Amino acid sequence: MSKSVSLITENYNKYNPDSIDEFINIGGFTGLKNALNMSSDDVISIAKASKVMGRGGAAYPLGKKWEQAKSVPGDNKVVICNADEGEPCTFKDRSMLEKDPFRLIEGMAIAGYTVGAQNGYLYIREEYRHLHPQMKNAIKQAKEKGYLGKNILGTDFSYNIHVYSGAGAYVCGEGSALIESIEGKSGRPRIKPPFIKQCGLNLLPTCVNNVETLAIGTALLTHGAEKYLSYGTSDCPGTKIISIAGNVNKPGVYEIPFGLTLREIIYDIAGGVPGNKAITLFQLGGASGKIGPPSLLDTPYSYDDLHKVGLVIGSGAILVVDENMKPLEFLHSIQEFFCHESCGKCTPCREGNKQIAHILDRLLAKTQKDTDVDTLIRLAKLMSQSSFCGLGETAQSALLNAIRYFPEEFGLK
Amino acid sequence: MKEIKLSINNQKIVVPAGTTILEAAKEVGVHIPTLCYHPDQAIKANCRVCVVEVKGSRKLSAACSTPVWEGMEVITTSKKVLDSQKGVVELLIASHNQDCLNCQRNGTCELQNLAERFNIGKTNLDIDILTLPIDDGNPSIVRDPSKCIKCNRCVETCSKTQGVDVLTHAHRSDQYIISTPYNLPLGSTLCTFCGQCSAVCPVGAIVEKDNTEQVFEAIENQKKHVICQVAPAIRTALGDAFGLDDGAIVTGQMVNALKQLGFDKVFDTNFTADLTIIEEGNELIDRITNGGTLPMITSCSPGWINYVEGKYDHLLDHLSTCKSPQQMFGALSKSYYAEKMGIDPKDICTVSIMPCTAKKFEAQRDEMNTNGVRDVDVVLTTRELAKMIKMTGIDFEVLQEKEFDSPFGIGTGAAVIFGATGGVMEAALRTVYEVVVGEPMPSIDFEPARGLQGIKEADVDLNGTVVKVAVAHGLSNAKIVMDMIDKGECPYAFIEIMACPGGCVGGGGQPINTTMATKSKRIESTYKIDKEKLQYRKSHENPAINKLYEEYLEKPLGHKSHELLHTHYHPRDKKIGNIKLK
Amino acid sequence: MGSVTETKFEVLNDELASKIDKILSENAYDSTKLVGILLDVQDVVPKKYVPMDVAAYVAAKLNIPLTGVYDVITFYASLSEKPRADHVINLCKSIVCKTNNYMDLQKSLEKFLGIKVGEATEDGKFALEYSACFGACDVAPAIKIDQDVYGKLTDEKLIEIINSYR
Repeated sequence: MSKSVSLITENYNKYNPDSIDEFINIGGFTGLKNALNMSSDDVISIAKASKVMGRGGAAYPLGKKWEQAKSVPGDNKVVICNADEGEPCTFKDRSMLEKDPFRLIEGMAIAGYTVGAQNGYLYIREEYRHLHPQMKNAIKQAKEKGYLGKNILGTDFSYNIHVYSGAGAYVCGEGSALIESIEGKSGRPRIKPPFIKQCGLNLLPTCVNNVETLAIGTALLTHGAEKYLSYGTSDCPGTKIISIAGNVNKPGVYEIPFGLTLREIIYDIAGGVPGNKAITLFQLGGASGKIGPPSLLDTPYSYDDLHKVGLVIGSGAILVVDENMKPLEFLHSIQEFFCHESCGKCTPCREGNKQIAHILDRLLAKTQKDTDVDTLIRLAKLMSQSSFCGLGETAQSALLNAIRYFPEEFGLK
Repeated sequence: MKEIKLSINNQKIVVPAGTTILEAAKEVGVHIPTLCYHPDQAIKANCRVCVVEVKGSRKLSAACSTPVWEGMEVITTSKKVLDSQKGVVELLIASHNQDCLNCQRNGTCELQNLAERFNIGKTNLDIDILTLPIDDGNPSIVRDPSKCIKCNRCVETCSKTQGVDVLTHAHRSDQYIISTPYNLPLGSTLCTFCGQCSAVCPVGAIVEKDNTEQVFEAIENQKKHVICQVAPAIRTALGDAFGLDDGAIVTGQMVNALKQLGFDKVFDTNFTADLTIIEEGNELIDRITNGGTLPMITSCSPGWINYVEGKYDHLLDHLSTCKSPQQMFGALSKSYYAEKMGIDPKDICTVSIMPCTAKKFEAQRDEMNTNGVRDVDVVLTTRELAKMIKMTGIDFEVLQEKEFDSPFGIGTGAAVIFGATGGVMEAALRTVYEVVVGEPMPSIDFEPARGLQGIKEADVDLNGTVVKVAVAHGLSNAKIVMDMIDKGECPYAFIEIMACPGGCVGGGGQPINTTMATKSKRIESTYKIDKEKLQYRKSHENPAINKLYEEYLEKPLGHKSHELLHTHYHPRDKKIGNIKLK
Repeated sequence: MGSVTETKFEVLNDELASKIDKILSENAYDSTKLVGILLDVQDVVPKKYVPMDVAAYVAAKLNIPLTGVYDVITFYASLSEKPRADHVINLCKSIVCKTNNYMDLQKSLEKFLGIKVGEATEDGKFALEYSACFGACDVAPAIKIDQDVYGKLTDEKLIEIINSYR
C-alpha cells in the first residue's frame, strides 16, 4: 500500500485547472466560506491548533505569523504568496500552481481576510512563466464569481490578487528581496529592522506565506484542524508535500505524513536508487540545506527528529546522491550554484563564495595548498556569521556538514 | 525620548532609543571599524566590517544597522569579532587592486587604514580582481573599478544626495560592480562631474583627475607667466588636509604656500566673485524691470550647470548669463590683465584652485576662451593643492601669513561667502537692495539665506515690491525647485543653486573626510571672515572692481562685459537613439 | 587597460517601439511591474535581449532612471544586456541534473548545435546557456527552450524538439 497521503494535494488531477466550476463542484471555496463566517481570531486559533509550520524553509509557526500580521496596526496591508521556490530539487509549489491553482487563490484570500489585507501579491518565479496564464485565468474567474474583488460573497471583505513575475534570481525567495522585486527593482535584501511584517511592500505591513502554507490554510478551513492533526505523529502532526529527485527511480512530488523515515521515503515512495546503487549522501531542503550520510537514513522525517541529528526540513526537497558522485564533486556543484546566485551586495557572501569556489576547485583537482582546508572552514564560518542575509548565512551548510560527516574528503580525521 | 540601558564590553551606558551599536560604542570610546558607513548617508550595512557580538544572537550583528535595545550586551573585543572583522578586510583586499604605492589615495585610504589596524599580512586567499577598463575620458573624474570595494557610498551620493542617477550597482555575485548603465564612460552619461562620489569614496576607485604635474611644468617653463586664483571655499578647508581643526581659516598661509610653489602672482577669485555680483545683480534688476525670464537662477556652480543642461534643457533661459567667478577671472587674466602687464595672453598660464571637480570640466568648455586663448588653463582641487604643498615639503602649519597680489587681490565679505550655500544670494541682495532702494539693507547679515536646510526661501521688499527668493544646495534639492518652475508653480524671482550640499565648502574637490559636520565648521568660518576679517562687505564697494569698470569694462552688462563675462548654455546631447537619458 | 569606449546599440525602431508601448500599456505604465515588463520586452526584441536604447526607452516611458533599469537587467539571470538568439536554450546544471548526468546532454546539444555553452549558432537561431535550476528536477536532466521545459531526453528526442523551433 502507498505510504503517501492526499490532503493538501487532494484535488490534484481531480479537476480541470482552467475551470472554476469544476473546482466548485468538488467543494472548492468551502474553506473561504467557512473563514468568512467566523472571526479572523477564530481562523488564527485554527491555524494555531494545527501547529502548522511555514513551508518556505524557515518553519515559522503559521498561527503566530498570522496573529502578528493581524496585530500590526494599519488599514492597508498586504499578503504575498511566495512562489519563488528556487532551491535546487524543490518543485513542490510548481505542482500546486499546475494542478490546483484555485486552492492557492482560496488560501491567499483566507490569509488576506485573517490578517486584514486588501491586496495579495502572487510572486511566481520566471522559470514557471508558462504557468502564469493559467494562474491569471484562475484569478480572473475567481473575480467573476465573486470569490475575489469587492465585498467577497456579500461580506465586507474586499481583496484582489496581483501576479508578479521573477526573472531568475534565487535570492528573491528571501522576503525582503522578493518585495524589492515586486517594487520593480533588483532583488537585493533589505536591512532589518524595519521588519517586513511592519514595513514591507510599498512600506505597508506585509505577511509573506509560501504556496504550500497557503494551500494548507485552505485545507484547515475546509476540513478543520482535526483532520490535519490526524496525520503524522503526535509530536509532529500533519502532512508535508515533498519533492524528491536525484538518483531515485520515481522522482516527483508526494504528500507524506510526518514521521516516515527517510529510508521509507526514498525506497518505498520514490522507488529506491536506480541499479540499487549505494547512497553517498542526501541533502534536505535544497542547496542551502544540510547533507547527511546514509547512516542517518532511518531518521524519521519530522522537525524534531531531523533537528536532533543536525538536519532540517527546509523547503521539503530531498535529493539523493548515489555512489557515482563523491562528496567533493557534490559540494563543487552546490558552490557553483551559490557563486551564481549571491546578490553580491555584502562582502562575506560575494567574496567568500568566490574564494571557497577556488579552494574546492583545487581540492577536486588535488592541487590544494596546505592552508586551504583551514581557510575553507574559516570562510564558511565567516559567511554564516557575518553575511547580510540568509543566503550567505546558509550557503555553506552543506560544506560544514560535509566536514562533519566526510572529514576524510578534506584530509581531516 | 526613551532611554535605553545597555553594556558594551561590560561598560554600562545609557543612550536614546534608536541609537545604533556603532553610535553607542563611540560614546564609550570604542571605535568599531566601518567602510560602507558614512555619517551623511543612509545605513547600508553591506561591507560587514562592523560586525560585533550581541549576547543571545545566533549571528554577529552589524553595528551600523542594529539599534540598541534594553539590556543588550555587546562585545566588540572577542577573538570571534576580531577574526570576522579582519576576515572581511582580508576578503576585500584579496579582490582589491593593491596598487597602493601608486594610488592617489595612498595615505587617505580607509581600506589601507584597516589593513594597518588589523595587521593584515600575507594572505592565504586567492588574489582575484575583477578587471574592467579605467574610465579617464573626461576632464574631471577617473574611475578605476579594480579598486572598488562595492561599499555603495558613491551610488548613494549620486542617486540620493544628488539625484543625478549615473552610478548604480549592477550584476551579482563576483560580477557585482558599481557601474554606469551599460558601463558607459562618465563622459557619455549625464554625469555632472560634481565629484561628490570622489569625495565619499573610501578608497581610490573614484578620484579627481590629477593635474598637478601640468602646473609644476608650467611653473618650470620660463616663458610662462603663471598666475593662480583661489576660490573662496579653499581658505576654510585646506587646513583639514594638514590636520588642522575643521574650518581653520588659513588664507594667509595658503597664499604663502602658493608663492613658495612658484606662482608669479597669487590672486583671489573673490575679486571676480564681486564682479559676478555686479553683473548678475544688474542682470536681475534688468530682468525684473524689463520683463525678462524669471526666476533667474545663479550660474556659478558648474556641476549645477551640467545638471540643468542635461535634465532641464528647456529651462536654460532661466540661468543667469554670467560666467562663474572662475571663468570671469580667466577671461580677465587673458585680456585686461595681459594688456595691463604687457604680456601676450598666450604666455599667461592661469591656474585655478577650486573646491570642485566640475570646474575642471567648465574650464575646458569650448565657449570658455578669449579670442581663441583658453580662459583658465589648469584647474586644481583643494586636494591637489594640498598634495603639491606636501610634495614640496612646505610645513603648512608654521607658514607666515601673506597677502594676495594686486590687482586681483581684493575681495569683499560678499565674495567670500560665495563659498557657503546662500552666500551668492546674500551677496547679491546686499548690492541689489542698495541699487534699487537707495539705502543699505536693514541688516547686512541676511539670515534666511544661511544654514544647511536643503531649500531656503525669503521675501525681500524692494521699494514696495516684494520679491521672493530661494536658495537650494545639493542637486536633489535643485530638482525640487526645477520641477516647480517646470510646472509653472514657482513663486521665486531669484534662486541660488549650488550643486554640492553645503555649497562650495562641501565641493567634490575638498579634502577627504569632509562631512556635513565639517561643512558646518567651514561655513561658520566663512561668515567669520566676512564679518571680522575684511574691510568691505559689499561687492559694489570693492575699489578694485570700481577701478576695473573705470579703466576697462565701462559699465555692467556693457559691450565688453558681454564679450568677456557672459556666456550661453546648450542642451547636453546625451541621447541613445532618439531617447534622452534620464 | 584601455579607456572605456562607447558601445552603440541602435535597435529601437518604430515597429519595436509600438510593440513596447503595447506591453507598457498592458502593464498600465506601472514601474513596479518593471521586472515582468522587461521579460516581455525582451521577448519582442530580436535576439532576445534588452539593448541600451530599448532600456532607455522603457526608463523614459516609465519615468524612472536608466540606472535602475540597468540594475534589473543585469541582476536577473533571465534578462540579458547582450544579444542572444531567436531562441534561448537553457541547460540546467544544478546538482540534481548533475546527478542525472547533464554533461552527456550538454555534449549532445553542443554537438548537434555546433556551439559551446555561452555561444549562439551562426544563423542566430539558438543560444545555449546554463541555468542554475528551473525546477524540472523530476525530469532531470532538463532543458528549457524559451518558456518550454523538456526533460528525460534521448538524443533523437532532443533533435526532434530543437528542429521544431527552426
